[in-house]
Amino acid sequence: MIFKTLKNYLIGSVAVAAGALSMFATPQIAFGEEKQYFPIASSRVGPYSAMGTGYYGAQIDYMNYVNMNGGVNGVMLTWQECETEYNAVKTVECYQRLLEKDGQRIVVFDTLGTPGAYAVINRMAEDNVVLAQYGYGRTDGADGRVWPWVFNAASHYWSQIAVKMKFMAEQEGGVDKMKGKKIVHLHIDSAYGREPLPAMRSIANDWGVELVEISIPPPGLEQGSQWLQIRKEQPDWVTFWGAGSGMNSTAMTNAARIRFPRDRMMYVTFGAAEEDMYPAGDAAVGTYAVANALPGADYPLVAAIKEQVYGAGKGNLNDDSRVGSVYWNRGLGAAVMWIEALKNAQEMHNKVGKAVTGAEFRDGYEALNMTEARLGEIGVKGMVAPFSISCANHEGAGKFAVMQWDGEKFNQVTGWEAPMDPAYIRGLVEASAAKFAAENNITPKVCP
Amino acid sequence: MTEVLFFIEVVVAGLLAGTMYSLVALGFVLIYKASATFNFAQGAMVFFAVLAFVGFMELGLSFPVSFVVTVLLMVLVGFCTERLVLNPLMNQSEDTLLMATIGLGFVLEGLAQAAWGVEVRRLDLGIGDFPIEWIIDVFGLFVSALDVTAGIVAAVLIIGLALLFKYTRMGLGLRAVADDPGAASSIGIPLKNIMLLVWSAAGVVALVAGMMWGARAGVQFALVDLALKALPVLIIGGFSSIPGAIIGGLIIGATEKVLEVYLGPFFGGAIEGWAPYVLAIFFLLYRPEGLFGEKIIRRV
Repeated sequence: MIFKTLKNYLIGSVAVAAGALSMFATPQIAFGEEKQYFPIASSRVGPYSAMGTGYYGAQIDYMNYVNMNGGVNGVMLTWQECETEYNAVKTVECYQRLLEKDGQRIVVFDTLGTPGAYAVINRMAEDNVVLAQYGYGRTDGADGRVWPWVFNAASHYWSQIAVKMKFMAEQEGGVDKMKGKKIVHLHIDSAYGREPLPAMRSIANDWGVELVEISIPPPGLEQGSQWLQIRKEQPDWVTFWGAGSGMNSTAMTNAARIRFPRDRMMYVTFGAAEEDMYPAGDAAVGTYAVANALPGADYPLVAAIKEQVYGAGKGNLNDDSRVGSVYWNRGLGAAVMWIEALKNAQEMHNKVGKAVTGAEFRDGYEALNMTEARLGEIGVKGMVAPFSISCANHEGAGKFAVMQWDGEKFNQVTGWEAPMDPAYIRGLVEASAAKFAAENNITPKVCP
Repeated sequence: MTEVLFFIEVVVAGLLAGTMYSLVALGFVLIYKASATFNFAQGAMVFFAVLAFVGFMELGLSFPVSFVVTVLLMVLVGFCTERLVLNPLMNQSEDTLLMATIGLGFVLEGLAQAAWGVEVRRLDLGIGDFPIEWIIDVFGLFVSALDVTAGIVAAVLIIGLALLFKYTRMGLGLRAVADDPGAASSIGIPLKNIMLLVWSAAGVVALVAGMMWGARAGVQFALVDLALKALPVLIIGGFSSIPGAIIGGLIIGATEKVLEVYLGPFFGGAIEGWAPYVLAIFFLLYRPEGLFGEKIIRRV
């Protein structure tokens, strides 16, 4: 019986492997059809695989869905995948490898990682490629006057930390009650882990909050030292800014070891997925996290993809129960923006039914106006906050929803929340971008 | 909480974390004793073994059956390694064998993920990773039951392996092979069997280490990086010493915790990633064979 089960499992594994190989193949497009080529710089293996398989799996699923429904005004989508393992050096290698295919250049690049984004960001203007940092990456890229090819939609880390601090203040009874409180920012020892600090330090200073910064060396399987420091500091809140399976679930189990209450921990978007919570078991219950794309399989577009793409056996994930999860829905949110930008670009440049260039795509991206009505038409109303992008502001909504893990799933506990003072955060972004422009002799673009 | 009590807690946490490093380091020592090769694939073996164990449990096998099946699988891995990697490279330089183990590591990582998937799994050994109440009540220290269990498991493994090598024919044979494979072979010690046995034992040690780490941090790819934690342990304890693995682990565990907590803030934190290597460099300069390693004297 056991051997029969094992045999079946081995046959299944071979089938899965064959399926996995097939997903690297370019989609079948008929000769003569107009096509638009997209890069998939995925991270399917290693400590970041849960994030990568879900996020990039959704992008491929959505492109398949679009193709199954006639493409974008008849333009069929093609793509090619390259494995980065969430490694900045390999991201650059993949960027170069994916840059052109069959004479067509990519129009957008999505690294799903701040280190990778920093590694390629200076190539964007030169290569005419949009860097779509979906809720990650270089924050002052939100100033489109200095970074015309870089976008942070949906929402950057400075808004994210500001929303978290606003939530803490609400829990404490108001901003005036935050004076004298202590927050530990526990983060991976990388540029990504430190990215929210300029905004966080500034807000903490204004509110009279003591901020303690503690870093974890990757991969973070052992966090005893950090949590001993937290035990000594006795903070009121911990903001966790980790990455990868090595440290995300480990932080919660370590919190349980020192009996730090999980409902005083706020996880970053890239540690706040079902795959990060399950391994911690009961230790994860009560942990707060924020989302820029909410999980759920009932959104009409999610349900349609599951029915049409997975129903036809063309789904990218081996386990279709992950469709509608945090990472998958986030990838869907990103892919929806690509396709909307492509539609805009075709219309703006009289190229309906034709492929567009990077510059045209950039214009389409900057013209994104995802109203509630438009999100409803697409089938993702409620999954992401409505937003628009402008020449100067590349951030998008700047809003996040707070969720709490109950041991089985995330429950939404707030609506789409903006920072307490969005203009203050925007001021920090503009100051940082202006400093970068001055240091690099960049003349900011003049926006209407 | 007094400073003294906090310092004791830091040291105790470090010592317990050190036993977890020792568990991984033990596998390296076994291979090194037999072939004088640093087995770079040991981290991958930890990952491969525990992922297979959890995978078998997901197939519906019970805990003990999964354990036995995984042990058999690791013996098979040892057999294949001996036949397909080590045997063809017999009499090659140590550098060649080292490169071969790096390749073996990649193969095992890939095979494990292809067969069982990339998701992080939870492993429940029935031992809570929560502080033990009576230790809190009596000493005011937070000590995890899982860490204490890991310490006991490491101690049992070390005693068992030390006895095995010292008092059994197999152990004697292994020591002879490690000393001079040619001479050992000429007096009838079956080299192939010894190597198979050692690689299988290293596989079982990898499984046990993987189970302890998996219960603590989830069964996940990051376990592969444990090899990097074991390296300074081995440099300090000595590559060929089983007691050295545990002492080295304890030294590294306690030192990295004390340095991180007390000196980390002055260096921007996260120094425990590199501080053990600094300590290891001092050992390489002043005692390259480690605390318990065999002193190598070469005729020049």
